[in-house]
Amino acid sequence: MVELRLPKNSRIRTGKTWPKPEGAKNIRTFRIYRWSPDDGDNPRVDTYFVDTDDCGPMILDALIWIKNKVDPTLSFRRSCREGICGSCAMNIGGTNTLACIRGMDEYEGDIAIYPLPHMEVVRDLIPDLTHFYAQHASIMPWLETKTPEPEREWRQSIEDRKKLDGLYECVMCASCSTSCPSYWWNGDRYLGPATLLHAYRWMIDSRDEATGERLDQLEDPFKLYRCHTIMNCTNTCPKGLNPAKAIAEIKKMMVERKL
Amino acid sequence: MSDQKQPQRPLSPHLSIYKPQITSAVSIFHRITGVGMALGALLITWWFVAGAVSPGYFGFVDGLMTSLIGDLVMFGMLWALIFHALNGIRHLIWDTGRGMEIETVNKSGVFVVGASLVLTLIVAMIV
Repeated sequence: MVELRLPKNSRIRTGKTWPKPEGAKNIRTFRIYRWSPDDGDNPRVDTYFVDTDDCGPMILDALIWIKNKVDPTLSFRRSCREGICGSCAMNIGGTNTLACIRGMDEYEGDIAIYPLPHMEVVRDLIPDLTHFYAQHASIMPWLETKTPEPEREWRQSIEDRKKLDGLYECVMCASCSTSCPSYWWNGDRYLGPATLLHAYRWMIDSRDEATGERLDQLEDPFKLYRCHTIMNCTNTCPKGLNPAKAIAEIKKMMVERKL
Repeated sequence: MSDQKQPQRPLSPHLSIYKPQITSAVSIFHRITGVGMALGALLITWWFVAGAVSPGYFGFVDGLMTSLIGDLVMFGMLWALIFHALNGIRHLIWDTGRGMEIETVNKSGVFVVGASLVLTLIVAMIV
């Protein structure tokens, strides 16, 4: 359901301003969402100052710099630092993206960082992705076949393989799903752009033999059809993919199989 | 392991922090104009019904509808109709899987807003 206001325990208070690094010539200001399960307080936004001469160029570098030099309690997920693991997805400067592949110089003024929107917060910038992963698991994200396994690999023509380009690159960072107002209001039942992109990825795989079942599974007022083509997903995807188009293609397949 | 009760997890902020952009703005205007036109249709029905009730009552409602406020509401309705129709066509094109690259989407969004304003002014000047 649409709920414009945050629940009482989620409203953001003004936080702490941390000291400026001494002797720094070039400083960037970060406003970062903080919440800890340990004290029972409401979330707050803390202000940090980063010495950019002492720090790498990316947003993730700045977060690690803050954690190492200013405030070791700042919590966030990160791993590969090159946009392939999807761990450091967060809301930076108002849109969702991966902190590791966005430079500080891509943003003007103070840089505001929040966890992925409309998610339960585990701590600071870490959202609970349990439900998101369960939705992904629900669409059978694997090759489903009926014919006996071939002696060697399942083969595919170059043309058929090309159909997977723009789909297989998805790293499941959840940026798109949590940018989608439909997913905010109906995420309990609407599968969201990331999961639907993966559903489509298996539907058009020439080796997969369960297209019918896959479509049956999405034939539901919520799972697929809560997509109203708002296009925030495609706008925000840090990998430059197009989940909205994948969803449109599923909707087309739904119609075409009835003709 | 602690058996301390964990506080309830907060919900991360969404609308209040998400950057407004053409994609979501045009989408919400599509919905607002849709609902607005439904309400506007009731107004127009009221106008017609008043005509069937009595000359006095029609005079009252007609006065309201042709007042400055009534004119403004009708002008808004005209824009809502044109915008909703143009953006509806945009949605129909998307339903065929075309025009969904993000550059095209942003351009067609700006175009729909611009064209609806221009067409509204033209129609308002003719009427």
